[in-house]
Amino acid sequence: MARLIAKSAASGLLPIRIGTVTLTEETPAAITALMPFAGKPRALSVALKAAHGVAFPGPNRSSAKGGTRVCWSGLDQAFLIGDPAQADLADHAALVDQTDAWAVLHLEGEDAAEVLARLTPISLSRDSFKRGHAARSLLGHMTALIIRTGAQGFTILIFRSMAATATHELDVAMRGVAARAALQPPP
Amino acid sequence: MRITCPLCGDRDSREFSIRGHETYLDRPAPDAGEAAWDDYLHLRDNPAGETAELWYHGAGCAAWLRVRRNTVTHEVLKVDLVRDVTGGDHAD
Ligand SMILES: [Zn+2]
Repeated sequence: MARLIAKSAASGLLPIRIGTVTLTEETPAAITALMPFAGKPRALSVALKAAHGVAFPGPNRSSAKGGTRVCWSGLDQAFLIGDPAQADLADHAALVDQTDAWAVLHLEGEDAAEVLARLTPISLSRDSFKRGHAARSLLGHMTALIIRTGAQGFTILIFRSMAATATHELDVAMRGVAARAALQPPP
Repeated sequence: MRITCPLCGDRDSREFSIRGHETYLDRPAPDAGEAAWDDYLHLRDNPAGETAELWYHGAGCAAWLRVRRNTVTHEVLKVDLVRDVTGGDHAD
């Protein structure tokens, strides 16, 4: 009988560290899309809070409790990232298991925003894109979910099939930012 | 050109794709006749000035938007979620 070996989306590609920035892969136990039924967003939020400690997020927002994160991911949709969704949430929302559909990358370091700015059209200014803010946008030609997790940290969700391309694009951007920094004499 | 999505905020036009004039929101009845369907499917004005179109935020929130804009100045005047315009399904 065949023995199957689970491989993460970016298996063999990460981690990489270039200059001040590190790119790693996260492997949450589950990613579940939560899509509230008509008239049910509030009931879902209450149930979500009771089950996982997080409220249903408004547009462009994310929050985390323990190892579980909830993140707005589009029109009437959020992702629960971490613990598998508790079954009673299905009373209020359509739940879709997307665990193996996404590569979850984490970019961290002093120049992380400079690296990401080379690939996405959204503003990453710390005044407008703060910790707990999230955006559906582009990373190169790929649709992405980008979450600011800290002053120098971003979690980036990419379709799993594009994990290698995303890793390559980020690698090139990290090299570019590091090369430019090396050209500038310290003040 | 930039479009302010009601959900995502101010975004670069590369995140959106255009469907065409808002006429697409007024689908004729199946038995409305050939003239009505011909009009709906094929006949469009080509205004130099203000118009209203359907745009899809495919690289963002995946909502359909009605965008009022000026084809001469590329000014975007107003953006609404299509479901708010049509009274379509709403989770809230
Ligand atoms: Zn949007």
